[in-house]
Amino acid sequence: MNFKLELTVGAFIVMGFACALVLAFASTNSADRLGFGGGTYEVVARFSNTGELKPRAPVKIAGVKVGEVSELTLDPDRFEAVAKLRISHEAGELPADTSAGIFTSGLLGERYIGLMPGGDPQALADGDEIVLTQSAVVLEQLIGKYLFGGAEGGAGSNP
Amino acid sequence: MAKWLASLGRIGLFQWRVLRATDLRRGQLGDIARQLYTVGARSLPIVAVGGLFVGLVISLQGYRALETIGAGSALGTAIGIPLYRELGPVLAAILFCGRAGSSMAAELGLMRATDQITALSMMAIDPIGKVVAPRWLAAFISVPLLTAVFCAFAILGGYLQAVWALGIDAGFFWSSLQNSVDLAEDFGQCFVKAGFFGVATALVSTYVGYHAEPTIEGTSIATTRSVVHGSLMVLFLDFLLTATLY
Repeated sequence: MNFKLELTVGAFIVMGFACALVLAFASTNSADRLGFGGGTYEVVARFSNTGELKPRAPVKIAGVKVGEVSELTLDPDRFEAVAKLRISHEAGELPADTSAGIFTSGLLGERYIGLMPGGDPQALADGDEIVLTQSAVVLEQLIGKYLFGGAEGGAGSNP
Repeated sequence: MAKWLASLGRIGLFQWRVLRATDLRRGQLGDIARQLYTVGARSLPIVAVGGLFVGLVISLQGYRALETIGAGSALGTAIGIPLYRELGPVLAAILFCGRAGSSMAAELGLMRATDQITALSMMAIDPIGKVVAPRWLAAFISVPLLTAVFCAFAILGGYLQAVWALGIDAGFFWSSLQNSVDLAEDFGQCFVKAGFFGVATALVSTYVGYHAEPTIEGTSIATTRSVVHGSLMVLFLDFLLTATLY
């Protein structure tokens, strides 16, 4: 009787922990949190406008996630946003003239950074900077430009 | 006001005495194991079935709402976020209150009514250490574990409903879950809340049971109170935690 009771209690505790563990791996972003396979390295990219980019936003090449934004700060001298990108070694060696742009998934989706590899034989190394960047397109600014651009020119002389 | 403060103080002192009386060396482990069995392991069926049905239902209702904007494939998000942030810990704790908190309170109330608690102190055995602390600890350990089981079955129910009945692709289901549920923010919140609810349900049911009027009626009042006050406490704490921590 006593052994059976202890067995049941043990099974209960194991079941509880097993459920929590399985849920953590199957239904949360634990895979990203616990790091990518094969290690990562960091590169820096400067943007004049990051839109609603947030830390931990995905970094993609050809639509495939290869890393994430690890840190987003403002450079107090040049007033530019400095994004640190943590990129998995599994993505291979990126050419040094790789360019980075901030895009939106879908019309209203979240922001992500898209990398477009160039053709330089030299590879980006840990701590390098991506020089070619393209800022986020802010929808309100576009609409504003369109509206006021039309108003300034007056009727008949739309740009 | 003064009365209210005094009762709060009584509860606090009671909690302090329970913690002071917790000593795992003196044969308390056996008591705790027995309580874990009656309080925790035997609550598994209701918690599992409850979780399964909650998962089935949020899946159905979430799909109903998402389908109007053509976003049915994001159903995983609609299940994961509310489940981990609110429904999982709250419903598991309330089910625990009804299934196990009431039985703990009834047991302690009956011990009080039949003078068993007085008998223990006559034999110089601390009744808090012997009968209250093992129940308190067992409840405190059980609630987070049962919450995990509840969430697992709710996700399973949601998955079955989404993939088998509503025809959503399994890959969409899991990827929308993994993309939206954050390990620390959402999943962690689930277990922080479960810990607090474990303390609340354990404290309420042992307190009302231990302090029951030593009559048959007193026992029944204590049982009712453990469920009503326990559930209200869980809901109130949930609001407080959501408002302050997240």
